[in-house]
Amino acid sequence: MPASLDHRSIDDFFDDVAEHAGQRALVDARHLRWVDPDGMVGLLLTGTVAGRGGARPRLGLPESPDVTGYLSRMGFFEAARGVFDFDAAPRRTPAGRSDVLLEITSVASNADVHAVVDRVQGQAGMILASRLDYPPSAAVQFSVMLSELCQNIVEHAEAPGWVAAQAYNWARRLGRFVVVISVMDGGCGFRGSLMEEHAARYGDRWGDATALEAAFLHGLTRFPDSGRGQGIQQIRRQVRRWDGAITIRSGTARIGQVPAWDDAPPLVDGLAPFPGSQISIVLPAHVDGADGGARA
Amino acid sequence: MTDLPREPIAIDVGQVLGEVLGDVRKSVTSLYAGLVTRQTGRAVRAAIETRLQGAGTLSLSLIDFSEVAIIDFSCADEVVAKLLQRYLDREPPSAFFVFRGVHEPHRDQIETVLRRQGLAAVVESQPGIFCVAGGHTECEGRVWAVLEERGSVGPDEVERVFPLLDDRAALDGLVQRGLAFRSPRTSGVTALSRMVHHLL
Repeated sequence: MPASLDHRSIDDFFDDVAEHAGQRALVDARHLRWVDPDGMVGLLLTGTVAGRGGARPRLGLPESPDVTGYLSRMGFFEAARGVFDFDAAPRRTPAGRSDVLLEITSVASNADVHAVVDRVQGQAGMILASRLDYPPSAAVQFSVMLSELCQNIVEHAEAPGWVAAQAYNWARRLGRFVVVISVMDGGCGFRGSLMEEHAARYGDRWGDATALEAAFLHGLTRFPDSGRGQGIQQIRRQVRRWDGAITIRSGTARIGQVPAWDDAPPLVDGLAPFPGSQISIVLPAHVDGADGGARA
Repeated sequence: MTDLPREPIAIDVGQVLGEVLGDVRKSVTSLYAGLVTRQTGRAVRAAIETRLQGAGTLSLSLIDFSEVAIIDFSCADEVVAKLLQRYLDREPPSAFFVFRGVHEPHRDQIETVLRRQGLAAVVESQPGIFCVAGGHTECEGRVWAVLEERGSVGPDEVERVFPLLDDRAALDGLVQRGLAFRSPRTSGVTALSRMVHHLL
């Protein structure tokens, strides 16, 4: 594993795991020095994918007590039971007053989405106001966004997933605080979800990138109901209002809505095939004059 | 006065939500009522529709969101848009709805799903203040505001209050879209907010 596992390095890590699919795996996290919600949730997902070959993969725990302490506070080790074999992890200490918006939470059912929304309401208002300078009404919009994100797993993935969110000070990168939200599953992915209803009309062009474009840009869904398919559209709209970034990897492609402060490409294709969908959102602190312009 | 065969029905969505969630809420500790997930929205709508079954062939319902802390887009679609779609596909409409407690946190979600489906609804945006949410023309909005201000327009007043042909067509449109009530007996048109006023 790289020393830093976050939204920038997670694709390389997924690619590595995809290339070794079906083999007995040791995930060596001993030298991990930095991990964010994308890294933690992505690590759980890679364990799930690696374990599909039969044997549960082994996780070498980070040597840094800061990293293991953080993973413990985020509930990583509880979530990792049943995913990895690993030596005794440090006991979990309560997060207390911190910048944790949402500890790692598994999402498999309707009740899980309710639990996520209930949990996040207590912390969201305070952290979004103090760290991102968002107005009080942002707590509701943030909860609505999390609800729609998690419902993508329940309604479309056909497999369980996880969600986590945390505020960080991106002092060097952006000069302000951000909130990072990660929602990932190892299910059928966008291509799998849309294939039966929409693949034929795309012909030879059908693939992970076109499926992502269809859902992300045009709001297509496998359901014929005209009220469906707006979840991602509304998430994109809200992220744009907050001048944030959202990217979704599914299969071999990653699509994004990229704000002016980010230099990520709006579409990447040709990644190693990786199951499910991996959504990453970065919401920066409010600054006067941010226009919410974005490329997608 | 309004020719409704029965009294308007008041339905507290927060209470319905509590009944619907039942076992789900045993696993969470928050006191907030989150009207979230499509599955929950479907169940809440089904519970509302069950209560409306006994309302007769012509009904008016006050659907109250005051005790709901959060409503997401999926639930707004299920509980508001699909409820309206089901009852407004007849002409003239057989059921009328006023949505109470549609305060700022709910407004965007409800506006969005209504506009997407080409629907509109009468909502209480602040205590005692009503407006039309969703898709409507500028003319419909103006005529609705006049009707809301007056409370009702008698059949012999229509041409005086709305001298323009377009405005009278918009008034007919409001009735057809379930945003105003026309008495089958007198042909007078009444603002829905006045018909539920005693329930507020």
